[in-house]
Amino acid sequence: MHGDMAMLLLADSRLPAGGHAHSGGAEEAVRVGAITGPEDLARFLRGRLATAGVVTAALAAAACEVGARPAPERWQRLDAEADCRISAPAQREASRTQGRLLVRTTRRIWPSEALDSLALAVPDGAHHPVALGAAAAAAGCEPRQAALAAAYTSVTAPATAAVRLLGLDPVLVHRLLADLAPALNDAAHEACVIQADDWSDLPAHAAPALDLLAEQHLRTEVRLFVS
Amino acid sequence: MHLVATAAGPLDGDHLGLSIDVAPGTSLSVFSVASTLALPGRSRLTVTARVGPGASLRYSPEPLVLADGCDLRVDVLLSLAGDATAFWREEIVFGRYGEPSGRCRSRFDATVDGVPLLRQEVTAGDPALHGSPAVFASARCAGSTLLVGDLPREVHLAEGCAVLPLAGPGTLVSALAADTVELRRRLEWGERLADKSLP
Repeated sequence: MHGDMAMLLLADSRLPAGGHAHSGGAEEAVRVGAITGPEDLARFLRGRLATAGVVTAALAAAACEVGARPAPERWQRLDAEADCRISAPAQREASRTQGRLLVRTTRRIWPSEALDSLALAVPDGAHHPVALGAAAAAAGCEPRQAALAAAYTSVTAPATAAVRLLGLDPVLVHRLLADLAPALNDAAHEACVIQADDWSDLPAHAAPALDLLAEQHLRTEVRLFVS
Repeated sequence: MHLVATAAGPLDGDHLGLSIDVAPGTSLSVFSVASTLALPGRSRLTVTARVGPGASLRYSPEPLVLADGCDLRVDVLLSLAGDATAFWREEIVFGRYGEPSGRCRSRFDATVDGVPLLRQEVTAGDPALHGSPAVFASARCAGSTLLVGDLPREVHLAEGCAVLPLAGPGTLVSALAADTVELRRRLEWGERLADKSLP
């Protein structure tokens, strides 16, 4: 099937959808001294994956299902489920910015009803995981593949950012990512457990430290990354 | 109203349930006389609250302490009518003095007129996540207060505390701290900024 190939394209940081501009809180964590080396980074990534990563993966999987039978009301309801799971306004804004760019890019790569209907239903920009799931559906992925791509990018973006910000050994950081493989699989599995049209039970893991970092980051004068 | 625990716990096998209905146009404040200490073993705590039109609920019990060896599941469901207001504070302490945290998985769901306002889960005592700079960093306790109503939509930040206007009609004050005294001080700082009518 084409799903595997599409999943690789969606998870690739070279996808021209602006993902490289976001560090997922890593830049601020480096600035305040919460990440100083590989050990801190490993703990940061594991925590991010278990919280924001799982939530993102679950929303992406649900969006991939919606993409198979798109309807404006379903997109709006799922987008509201994403909205109520992101407490920090800075993170909601970053998520919508990324979602808007992703829809714009992927509509040209995989023209489809799924993406057209999402763009119409949520004109201000859907949340990133909703956009990612819609793009995955458009590209022929299964919900599990959408979840994997979402969980994967939730840790690769901060990992790459940390390499650039701290001058870490990129090989060592990729080893940290490889060590996360079982946790990443578990996250995608957890994301796909609930697949009905009632999304109220989808995972909603909070990460209070990430919320604080996101808002502090907006107030920091010199920034390399948008979030 | 003050909740008075007449037995220690929750203990292994306990399932405590609390159901609150605030009738239209009335107001209710719920406090507790002491902290809740979750003791070793599997237990559950379920709180369901409905706040009717024009009604107001304040729920601010003393902290929940996760003793080493506890495995507690907390579920809170708060449903508000469109013009109801609420103040809902939760504080979790990761173990008694000098002991590691017990396990807890807490899920909070708040809706206004059936529309989701805040859904969040907190998992404590997971060794794999312990000390993650993304989750609780080095904090020994975490707390949050959800305020629902017509509130200013301003973000405020201080050491270990943020005032976060939600997408819907509410604000979340979120804090991390080394001890309960500091946690309460941080939350109260945020609560007063989130709702300027608070004393």
